Amino acid sequence: MPKKVRIPVGPQHPALKEPVSFSLELSGERILEATIRLGYNHRGIEKACEERSYIQDLYLLERICGICSHSHSTCFVQAVEEIAKLEVPKRGLYIRTLIAELERVHSHLLWLGVAGHEIGFDTLLMFTWNDREIVMDLLAETTGNRVNYGINSIGGVRRDITDEQIKKIMKAMDTLEERTKYYIKIATEETTIIQRLSGVGVLSHDDAVKLGAVGPTARASSVDRDVRRDDPYAAYGEIKFKVITDNHNDVYGRTIVRVLELMESYNIIRQLLQNIPAGPIAVKAPRKIPAGEALSRYEAPRGEDVHYVKSNGTENPERVKVRAPTLANIQAVAHMLKDRYLADMPIIIAAIDPCFSCTDRAITVKDLGQKSEGLMQWGDLRKYSIEWYKGKGIDFSNLKKI
Amino acid sequence: MKGPGRMLQLILESILKKPSTVSYPKFKEAPLKSLRGAIAFIPENCIGCKICMKDCPAGAIIITKIGEKVFQAEIDLSKCIYCAQCVDSCPKKALEYTTQFELAALDKNKLKVTTSGKLQTTTQNETPKSE
Repeated sequence: MPKKVRIPVGPQHPALKEPVSFSLELSGERILEATIRLGYNHRGIEKACEERSYIQDLYLLERICGICSHSHSTCFVQAVEEIAKLEVPKRGLYIRTLIAELERVHSHLLWLGVAGHEIGFDTLLMFTWNDREIVMDLLAETTGNRVNYGINSIGGVRRDITDEQIKKIMKAMDTLEERTKYYIKIATEETTIIQRLSGVGVLSHDDAVKLGAVGPTARASSVDRDVRRDDPYAAYGEIKFKVITDNHNDVYGRTIVRVLELMESYNIIRQLLQNIPAGPIAVKAPRKIPAGEALSRYEAPRGEDVHYVKSNGTENPERVKVRAPTLANIQAVAHMLKDRYLADMPIIIAAIDPCFSCTDRAITVKDLGQKSEGLMQWGDLRKYSIEWYKGKGIDFSNLKKI
Repeated sequence: MKGPGRMLQLILESILKKPSTVSYPKFKEAPLKSLRGAIAFIPENCIGCKICMKDCPAGAIIITKIGEKVFQAEIDLSKCIYCAQCVDSCPKKALEYTTQFELAALDKNKLKVTTSGKLQTTTQNETPKSE
């Protein structure tokens, strides 16, 4: 029996794209236990939202994530619209859904490339990222920017779509569909991919439910769950589409789910463009949102995104809470890493399509010496911080009390 | 075709294909018409309501009164996130977005663009040149 070794991976590590810390207990090459520590990318966005108006929050929340930016802004806007009882015009909802699906296409193509890169198949990265440019160009043309589209406004969307753009998107969908068929062929026939990904990062159906996995990670473990169908928002109620599930339960299953979801997205985009109704794209929203609270769900490319907004009748929200999909999936990663080889770690982590800066919302302060967890009131926390700084030779005690 | 044959076809296709990129800055692709670039201020339309200042998520725009019904706008391009919310918020169309995107400058002060109304002489700082 080899000796047990504990090695840290991260917060800065070549295998990781973002700062997150994994502490792995190894026996030889095998991972016995993985402990994840988040919190290196905490940016205080939720607090910042409380200090800004609803219009400013829209752009701030869009910048939670560079890839699923439309997801976060739509999720927030939906909650605010529900509180303010605004009825968004149909055309506005269709455009919102269209951008959402284009975003899903670009995110899944990006993931496919990253997954290829992690298993040493860089040709796939070059291929998919080349095709991703088609979607990026479409997004740039319809919204005005490649990322952080800024298409949402409270009560609708900011830009209308022209017939010319509709034709262009339709044409691009044909090209992309042809390319995606090729990727499906690669994913289902190429033996190297099947051999490398099968049995890696196994998450059984029961574990996926128990650990609360969302999105493609859950659907690859045959958890038939998709907010777009279960709780239709925007224009999804009027669109026919299949929810892709797979029973491979591993990284290979997640690849299959994502490539097949691409095909469904093309299908949804075509339906949206064919049935897009004429009319206004937005309604005027009041600056002061009446008091109330709302919870909004949204199926981001990575899984279910949840925003909670509480308003108090002023121009600024009282509380904004964001639960990004990675937070739901991260516990499953610790489970998936168990009993796998160390070399499988990068692809297992990449398979949930993690975005740690989206996830970092709050940090828990633990006192390791006392082994206790507790809530600190504002006054206690203030006293503690003043004492802490006094120890460092800085005196804050004369400052005005808040 | 299977195996190496399929590869050969791809190789031939790639050899004949032009590169996707252009040799910038020698050749420049025209920016998309929908691009949200630098914000331009039209002093004649401004009524000094300062809604743009209030709505700007980045605090990048400052409107000051410099004379009777004459206003000056200072747009900090280093703060601006190019969301063009100010253009949407403006009730008198005194702000508009341009497709100008080459806004890099070595001097941070050059990123502050001040446009003022007619009472004052001309602009203090020109928009940074694209070189």
